[in-house]
Amino acid sequence: MHESYGSKVGILALQGAVREHAQVLSGLGVEPIEVRTPADLESVGMLVLPGGESTTMSVLVQTSDLLAPLTDRLRGGMPAFGTCAGMILLASEVLDGRPDQRTLRAIDIAVRRNAFGRQVDSFETDLEVDGLEEPFHAVFIRAPVVERVGPDVEVLASLPGRDDPDGRPQPVLCRRGPVLVAAFHPELSADPRLHELFLRGAGSPIQSCTGATGAQRAER
Amino acid sequence: MASPEPSRRTGTDLVKRGLAEMLRGGVIMDVVTPDQAKVAEDAGAVAVMALERVPADIRREGGVARMSDPALIEGIKAVVTIPVMAKARIGHFAEAQVLEALGVDYVDESEVLTPADEAHHIDKWAFTVPFVCGATNLGEALRRVSEGAAMIRSKGEAGTGDIKEAVRHLRSILGDIRKITQADSAEIYQWAKELQAPVGLVQELAETGKMPVPLFCAGGIATPADAALVMQLGAEACFVGSGIFKSSDPPRFARAIVEATTHYKDAQMVAKVSRGLGEAMRGEEVSTVETRLSERGW
Repeated sequence: MHESYGSKVGILALQGAVREHAQVLSGLGVEPIEVRTPADLESVGMLVLPGGESTTMSVLVQTSDLLAPLTDRLRGGMPAFGTCAGMILLASEVLDGRPDQRTLRAIDIAVRRNAFGRQVDSFETDLEVDGLEEPFHAVFIRAPVVERVGPDVEVLASLPGRDDPDGRPQPVLCRRGPVLVAAFHPELSADPRLHELFLRGAGSPIQSCTGATGAQRAER
Repeated sequence: MASPEPSRRTGTDLVKRGLAEMLRGGVIMDVVTPDQAKVAEDAGAVAVMALERVPADIRREGGVARMSDPALIEGIKAVVTIPVMAKARIGHFAEAQVLEALGVDYVDESEVLTPADEAHHIDKWAFTVPFVCGATNLGEALRRVSEGAAMIRSKGEAGTGDIKEAVRHLRSILGDIRKITQADSAEIYQWAKELQAPVGLVQELAETGKMPVPLFCAGGIATPADAALVMQLGAEACFVGSGIFKSSDPPRFARAIVEATTHYKDAQMVAKVSRGLGEAMRGEEVSTVETRLSERGW
């Protein structure tokens, strides 16, 4: 927890599936703040980076004067949850991106954009996720995959049938400390378990849990 | 050993509407060459619409407007990483099949092209590729959704640079949605009859208070303030056709409209991006145009 910024959850609202993330978070008793300016960013303690178009968000992060403050906050340990385009923004390396595409380098992974082809190849599937008892129904839309993970990155889910040259399934859900990234769109699945996972990892209180959470107890 | 392939479902409602959700808050730009497509992507467009002539030129030159040459669409697809959309004529399912075969990301069954069928729209459920369709009112929008459209755009009057039709259509669609959310269960049937729309969709609308698919705005957006206007009225993203490449400085107009669409509630920001922008497309007042493209579609 970062006491100076409090526990408010922001959603980067430059473009994309902002409303869907907000709905999932509201269902968990969290009222998120839309982040479009450096002042908005100052008011939040953790950030969700939604699905959308990563090239567009990359342009808007720069024109909205958010690149430097976002990079600083992430370097300072701000918890972040990036889905699809949000994962691309948080990655340390983008393959098949534009040469001028800026990323925030919050997690040491190399991500390949549009790894499955065009929109007609977008799909839904059930995914086994480490730590979840039941599979997660995942929606992949013009989705990226992770082609390399750094030593401090945990792989929480991989996509069977999508193997790297060594025959291992490629990662689609990764975590480094309080930074969680998904190649798919948990905001479209009407299933809050990955948002819960993020909030818990960020030390945030979740209303759906009975009684005070660890974070609330710690503050007392 | 390769891991087994899990079951994957393509072309579902969720996948089709999902891409539209990902484009929300963005600008989709009409482009006629690969160079223009690059300009659009550089400016932060969320997608491009590949076509041979922008609506303003279709209007001026006349003749039958058809699907673009596949070579043009492929040339544009080759230079950008963002989604590429292309237009098929209303009811021309064979053009739509060609566009799907070319791997476009969205098909626009568009009134800007000359309609191929005077009674029927394309059965869009039959396709894996998602469709966007235009609408001037809520009934038309829901009929298109019932045929399988995964995104609706208010039509406006394409190629005029005059925003008033876009405003009329948005207000009509969103105003009726607001009224339906107040309707009792008996009135829902009357609404369905009046709108000539499936009662199931009207009931869904009454419960959720919003369109079942994203509602974008098209037809007449020519300035950053136009984009801010339609976004404040309730559009979820903007299509800009002639407004960018018929302006005096397309790269700057493109970037300014992208920024105004994101920061539509922030008048200081809209002012900043509008300052010294140069000349917007000259345009034509809607009441003076001979062909109302928005009247096409049934």
